[in-house]
Amino acid sequence: MTAESLCNLGFAEAARTLAAGETTSRELVSALLERCAALEPSLNSLTWWSADAALEAADAADAARAAGDARPLLGVPIAIKDLLNVRGQPCTAGSNILKGYVAPYDATVVAHLREAGCIFVSRTNTDEFAMGGSTETSAYGPTRNPWDLSRVPGGSSGGSAAAVAACLAPAALASDTGGSIRQPAAFCGVTGLKPTYGRVSRYGCTAFASSLDQVGPIARSVEDAALVYQTIAGLDPHDATSSPRPVEDSLPAIRAARDLKGLRLGVPAEYFVEGLDPDVAALVRDAIAQCRALGAETVEVSLPHTRHGIPCYYILAPAEASANLARYDGVRYGLRASEANLQEMYESTRAAGFGPEVKRRVILGTYVLSSGFADAYYRRAQRVRTLIRRDFDAAFAACDAILGPVTPTPAFPLGERTADPLRMYLGDIFTVNVNLAGICALSLPCGVTPSGLPAGLQVIAPAFGEPLLFRIGAAYQHATGHHLRRPPLPAVP
Amino acid sequence: MNYIPSIGLEVHVQLKTRTKMFCACPAHREGDEPNLHVCPVCLGLPGALPTINREAIKKTVQVGLMIGSRIARRSLFDRKNYFYPDMPKNYQISQQYAPLCIGGALEIEVAGARKTIRVNHIHQEEDAAKITHLPSSSEIDYSRASTPLMELVTEPDMSSPDEALAFLTALKEILLCAGISDCDLEKGHIRADVNSSVRPEGTDRLGVKCEIKNMNTFRGIHRALTYEIQRQISVLSSGGTLRQETRRWDDDAGVTLPMRSKEYAHDYRYFPEPDLPPILLDDATIDAWRAEIPELPAARRARFVRDYALSDYDASVLVASRPLADFFEETARASSLPKAAANWVMGELLHALDEKSVPLSEARITPSALAALLKLLDKKTINQPAAKQVFAELFENGGDPAAIVEKRGLAQVSDASAIETFARQAIDANPKVAADYRAGKQPALMYLVGQVMKASRGKANPALAAETLKKLLA
Repeated sequence: MTAESLCNLGFAEAARTLAAGETTSRELVSALLERCAALEPSLNSLTWWSADAALEAADAADAARAAGDARPLLGVPIAIKDLLNVRGQPCTAGSNILKGYVAPYDATVVAHLREAGCIFVSRTNTDEFAMGGSTETSAYGPTRNPWDLSRVPGGSSGGSAAAVAACLAPAALASDTGGSIRQPAAFCGVTGLKPTYGRVSRYGCTAFASSLDQVGPIARSVEDAALVYQTIAGLDPHDATSSPRPVEDSLPAIRAARDLKGLRLGVPAEYFVEGLDPDVAALVRDAIAQCRALGAETVEVSLPHTRHGIPCYYILAPAEASANLARYDGVRYGLRASEANLQEMYESTRAAGFGPEVKRRVILGTYVLSSGFADAYYRRAQRVRTLIRRDFDAAFAACDAILGPVTPTPAFPLGERTADPLRMYLGDIFTVNVNLAGICALSLPCGVTPSGLPAGLQVIAPAFGEPLLFRIGAAYQHATGHHLRRPPLPAVP
Repeated sequence: MNYIPSIGLEVHVQLKTRTKMFCACPAHREGDEPNLHVCPVCLGLPGALPTINREAIKKTVQVGLMIGSRIARRSLFDRKNYFYPDMPKNYQISQQYAPLCIGGALEIEVAGARKTIRVNHIHQEEDAAKITHLPSSSEIDYSRASTPLMELVTEPDMSSPDEALAFLTALKEILLCAGISDCDLEKGHIRADVNSSVRPEGTDRLGVKCEIKNMNTFRGIHRALTYEIQRQISVLSSGGTLRQETRRWDDDAGVTLPMRSKEYAHDYRYFPEPDLPPILLDDATIDAWRAEIPELPAARRARFVRDYALSDYDASVLVASRPLADFFEETARASSLPKAAANWVMGELLHALDEKSVPLSEARITPSALAALLKLLDKKTINQPAAKQVFAELFENGGDPAAIVEKRGLAQVSDASAIETFARQAIDANPKVAADYRAGKQPALMYLVGQVMKASRGKANPALAAETLKKLLA
């Protein structure tokens, strides 16, 4: 197989190809490493990758296969967002404060993939501590969008989305707190899933906002996303918020999915308002029409509290983050900027270790929890959160799943919003409410704008509705093929 | 002007569980190398998450049940946020808004007066790491971090250091009895923050409160409170005002001193712990946990008085330690002779334990052996002196009383004709004494009984000997 065809292999395809003996893990990994070497200087999607470690792992997998190990994902590489702990690999969370920190344990999701035979060859760039919508707050430089190198890939999982879009890995693990999987997936023309809260273990995922974070896959097809999801999902005794509900196998249904007959799909009035880029709106409306063509009935629904999602999210997430990030203090691990005295150590370490966006959110979060303000901000936001969840409950009485845009605009230019945090935050308008409600959503490539930028169709389902998301996504992808389009990157010699 | 003190306690108790509060690391390994019993969770590493130790919840609930608290059917953990190096996450997982146990009370007795001390609530939290301050550095041992801690907060109902001590003693008694904690103060199992204020007699409003934190000996608490109350009274009596503050006790100097306020932060920004679901307890669970609580000393004392007709004093002595109370009760049940059992346990047994400096667990005598001995005595198979000899052997070497009696030939002589023979011999050999008795001198009889005992080499049944002598001398 050519290097290009190897790199183009999807996650499930790679597994099949390896199992069939049509290629070896070493061949596959070597091709990917070459591609990383060629493209990374312009993309900066990876914070760490090691040819030695990758080839060692590949060889071990190949040897195991020769010895009879028939695990379905044996030797399949997967990129990991630099927020998730992989034992023995660095884990920086995109921050200076964890520069040099080496993970002493595997995140549960990583352990599941490892048990299934996957190998971990690269770590992807992220906004610092997952705080951002463009991967520009990373202490390790911004990642560029493979579709247009002058633009952002989205964030916080911009590295994962760019790497998968550029075929540097067949799939990647990422995390989504307010849209951090779905938005970069949309900006980079790839498929991303934010699972139901509690569906996938958070143990080992560096915490940003505990009641909102979820780990999920970014891949080049619904089948791939589902395969990764099914490998990592399920109850974890290490995560008290994880659900005991059994994980269904959606793969047969995905492979057979051809139409959407019998489904009622809701379209929220509040999602198609001023501020939605007309090119994105057109592509999303096309997608909705496509779903009708596949046999679904579409109905207008209302999510009246939609516009309160941003203020609600930007109170609750920073509040939880202010506590989650308190542990980065120079005492036990990571950066220690001074040892003059305790106060000095705390202040100089956190001043030097955290970037401006992290500082902004920690200060904001501390403020909204503080005595005299907690009732007006934190507790009020919690009540608004309940209203947002109820919006979805009511809407789902009238439909099976909701369709809409993922983002109000396509990928914007690097540096355009870094001086305007509020404008950056407003980009989350369609994604945050899903996290606030704890439900699940899929971002599907639904075409490219006239200026050559991808747009994403968001499909939102009730809690534990992943099988439905996969069915809709698979039928849509089978009919449209938007997900097959690759960014116009220079060919790798 | 007389001032009335008001004292409240916040008692932190390390719970006797196998593992820590939020992770599976072993707890209570104080003697081990530092930082041996740690994991990502109790070190606060990136990505770590807490999970609840149900045994700790159970023990906290059991304390609530023992003191009559209302047990919350839905209870929450909250984050208490502040920075200090003994806290790996720089927040402590505690309970602020919905603690496990609400209300409750403990009865104390000081100088013969009984008083009820109300408890505001009991909540669950995790302990901090152990810091050792050296001249130019500090060392932190995280093996202690996240040990399950129960915090019991009283109302300011205590009015004297003695009452505070009585409360702590009563609390310690139930904690030990139910296996909640080993209460080893040297290992830091119990620490208390002590709050005190004074108010002019006749007024209701509490005075300005001063807190002394982290006291870890009962004696220290008593001394600190005594000093502090006097200090507050002095300040107010001389027209001064008191500031609400946190002070520390300097045991060497015997004074409390103001603390640097920086360590103890003002605003903890409590919010519900998002990593842990609410604790939901149903009636079946609480009932099962309640059933596991052993009988408490106060209840056992009352039952001993009621069921075994013991005096208050005797019952108190016997319930002082659970093993002693168990020993007594087993003996009493096996012998059906509760009074005798009490006498022998409080008398011979305690005396022997004390003399040989042996703990009850190491005594060779068993309750069933003592019970058998008491029955032999009761049936008059042996007499009192012989019984004491048998007891001594049982205590040293264990064994069976009947076998010892047989082996040593200690069986009492109760054969009427044999006794009569000894009696006649004694009367014949002591005519003057016999005459004294007939003349009305009662003690003379005891002399003659003694002679019968001597003649029979101590085996005569003394009561029967006395009866026989009386008949012969009539």
